[in-house]
Amino acid sequence: MAGKRYAKVDERRCVACGACVKECPRDAISVWNGCYAKVDAETCVGCGLCARICPAEVIEVCVRDAEEREISR
Amino acid sequence: MNKKKHWYDYLWIWSIVYFSLGFFNILFAWLGMIDFIVPLLFAIFAGNKNFCNKYCGRGQLFTVLGKNAKCSMGRPAPKWLSSKWFRYGFLVFFLSMFGNMVYQTYLVAGGARSLREVIKLFWTIKVPWGWTYTVGTVPDWVAQYSFGFYSLMLTSTLIGLIVMVLFKPRTWCSFCPMGTMTQGICKLKTTCKSI
Repeated sequence: MAGKRYAKVDERRCVACGACVKECPRDAISVWNGCYAKVDAETCVGCGLCARICPAEVIEVCVRDAEEREISR
Repeated sequence: MNKKKHWYDYLWIWSIVYFSLGFFNILFAWLGMIDFIVPLLFAIFAGNKNFCNKYCGRGQLFTVLGKNAKCSMGRPAPKWLSSKWFRYGFLVFFLSMFGNMVYQTYLVAGGARSLREVIKLFWTIKVPWGWTYTVGTVPDWVAQYSFGFYSLMLTSTLIGLIVMVLFKPRTWCSFCPMGTMTQGICKLKTTCKSI
């Protein structure tokens, strides 16, 4: 089952520096085509390390609703 | 959890080596062109920001000093610092300063101006740097470019270090002109592909 939380990137404001990629312990983030960071929501456990390191403050840790957690079970 | 280290995770050492070399011989400043050209090659030909993401020694240096050595206050930076207008504005400013530096080099090459063995910090503060160069070693314009380029590299690193201390370790990356430029190129490439 997926974690309770997951990281969400504001793609419009992301600077694609990749600081989050280096930080993620589960390799759940990648920089898509040099444009913005993309989170693999299924792999992400919502630890928030990426949000803490992000220099542009564009990552938010969201709570997954029960339904979503069931789907990815 | 510690991630597996790659050879390129140690490129922050290159950043330190680069600035150290400039204290002994200013001509080493030319090596900084690698940091200027390689990110553009990645963006133009591969359409990615692998330089920022993996190989940028400066970004790594800020992580090593700011995060690992705890020299950063870790506060969130003001939002405007990573806003589009500031990022592109800073890019334009940076490129004009670069252009001015190239123009000064051109003047020295044409004999309209003599070589000045100083580096300029923050585009204003002149610091004598003459001990790093013996006149006549190379054509004057080659040396002039070295002094100018080293000034640019040192100034941007100093700005990066200041924002690293005040805010999060890699705050510089959020408005780094090279980062803005390469991301712009990548976005353009992606848009063109999808049309």
